[in-house]
Amino acid sequence: MIYADNAATTKMSEAAKNTMFTLLEDAWGNPSSLYAHGQKAKEVLEKARLDVAALIGAQPNEIYFTSGGSEADNQAILSMAEAGKKLGKTHIVSTAFEHHAVLHTLKKLQKQGFEVTLLNVHEDGIVRPEELENALREDTCLVTVMYANNEIGTIQPIKEIGELCRRHKIPFHTDAVQAIGHIPIDVVRDNIDLLSASAHKFHGPKGVGFLYAKKGVKLSNLIEGGAQERGKRAGTENVAGIAAMAEALKEASTHMAENAAYVSRLRDRLIEGLSRIPHSALNGDRIRRLPGNVSFCFEGIEGESLLLLLDDKGIQASSGSACTSGSLDPSHVLLAIGRVHDVAHGSLRLTISEETSEGDVEQIISSVKEVVEYLRSFSPIWRELTAGKKQFIL
Amino acid sequence: MALYSEKVMDHFRNPRNVGVIEDANGIGEVGNAKCGDIMKMYLKIEDGIVKDVKFETFGCGSAIASSSMATEMIKGQPVSEVKKLTNKAVAEALDGLPDYKMHCSVLAEEAIKSALEDYQKRTGENI
Repeated sequence: MIYADNAATTKMSEAAKNTMFTLLEDAWGNPSSLYAHGQKAKEVLEKARLDVAALIGAQPNEIYFTSGGSEADNQAILSMAEAGKKLGKTHIVSTAFEHHAVLHTLKKLQKQGFEVTLLNVHEDGIVRPEELENALREDTCLVTVMYANNEIGTIQPIKEIGELCRRHKIPFHTDAVQAIGHIPIDVVRDNIDLLSASAHKFHGPKGVGFLYAKKGVKLSNLIEGGAQERGKRAGTENVAGIAAMAEALKEASTHMAENAAYVSRLRDRLIEGLSRIPHSALNGDRIRRLPGNVSFCFEGIEGESLLLLLDDKGIQASSGSACTSGSLDPSHVLLAIGRVHDVAHGSLRLTISEETSEGDVEQIISSVKEVVEYLRSFSPIWRELTAGKKQFIL
Repeated sequence: MALYSEKVMDHFRNPRNVGVIEDANGIGEVGNAKCGDIMKMYLKIEDGIVKDVKFETFGCGSAIASSSMATEMIKGQPVSEVKKLTNKAVAEALDGLPDYKMHCSVLAEEAIKSALEDYQKRTGENI
C-alpha cells in the first residue's frame, strides 16, 4: 500500500503513540483535581503547553488546546468578529480558497451582517499582499489567510501579510493546519495574532489541536462550562492526546529540515514524472508549495474514477472532483485558481511524507500514467479533443 | 462499508461493451463536462433488435458502471423492450447506487433514449 493522502490525515508516529498509551495508563486523572493523581495530569498538560508554545515561538499562556483545527478556526474568527462588532467594525478580509472551517464561519457571519472580502488567489494560488492592503478598511476587524493551502499546497506570504496587519492594527489569523510541523513557523517572526493547528496533520492523534492567541487578543468561548484553558475553552482536557500532539510536533520540528529536503526531492520527481502525461498541469506555484504536496489536473478524465483505479493498484490519494465531494461543483480551491469545471473534475492530489520511498514515487508515476491513459481511451471528451472537435485547455 | 456495491465495482473495473460502433445507426450523448459526466451510446439496430451496443463515458465510477450495466441489459433486446428501460432498473441491477449517485443511472437511461431518437430520425422508422 502506498499512502499518498497525508493532507487528509497522517499516521501517528511511534513516539506520539507511545506517549499516548503511557499516559492513558499513568495520567488518567482530571487535571482540575487537587489530589496527586489529578495534579500529575495537570503537569503533563502544562508540559505539553510549554513544548507546543516553544516550538512556534509563543508563550505557554498563549496556547489554548482545542478539539482540532476546525474548532480553532471557528473560535479565532468568531472571537475577532465579536470584538470587532463592539467597536462597530464588521468587515473581514480572507481568501477565496480557505478551508471550509474558515469559509463557512465567514458565511455565518455574513448572515449576521458582516461584510467579507475574499481575495483573489491568482493562477499560482498565492495571495498578493498589496491586494490585501488595498482591501483593508477602517472597519476591518480581522484578516484571515491560511498559511498553506490544503489542496494545492501553496505557501502564502504570511510574514508580509502579518506585517501589513500589524501596521494597520488589524488582528491577523492564519489557519496553519497544513503547514505546521512541515515548514518553519514562528508567530513572532511572522507577526501572527491567532493561529490554528491540528495534531493529526503532523503524525499526532485526531481530535486534538490548538489555537495560539497572542497575549492581549481577547477570545470568546465556543464552549461554555468549567474554567479549563484559562476559562476560554471548557471541557476536561484530552490529556494523553494533547501530550501526544506535543510529542509529535517536537519530533516533526526536530527533523523538519531533513524531512522537508527529502520529501521535496520526491515531490519534485513526482511533478516531473506526472508532467510528462500529455495535457496535464500542476495546480499551484511550482516552488512556493509544501514539501509533500503534488496536485494535478488531467484533461478528459474524471477524478473519482482515477482514485478508485489507483486504489485498486494500492495507491491512496484524493481529488477535488465533484463526485468525490458529493456535490455537483468541483473543489472551490481549483475554481479559485481559475481551473474551469471540465478540467477541475480531473484533479488528483498526492500528499506524500517522509515515509514515502523513491520506489513508491516511481510506482505512483507509472500507475497514474496507466490509469489516465485507460480512462481517456473511452472518454467521449478525450475523443473530441484528440479529433480536433474541441480545443484542449491544458 | 464500501462506497459502492461489488456489482458496481465489477462493472467499473471491467466495463462491458466499451468503445465505438463505426456504423452505428443510433447515437446518443447526454450530460456535460461542467457537471463532470458525459455518456455516449452507440446502437446498431437491425430488424428491430439491438444487435450491438457500445459506450464511451467521462465520469465517476458509478457513471461508468451504469453505462456498462445498461449496455448489457439492452444488448440483443427488441427495441420495444429497450424503450422501457428505466434508470431504476439499471440501479437495481447494480445492487443499488448511493443516493447522490442516482443521477448516473438517469444518464444511462437518457443516453439510450437519445440514441433511439437518433435512430428514429435517421431511419424514419416509428419505433
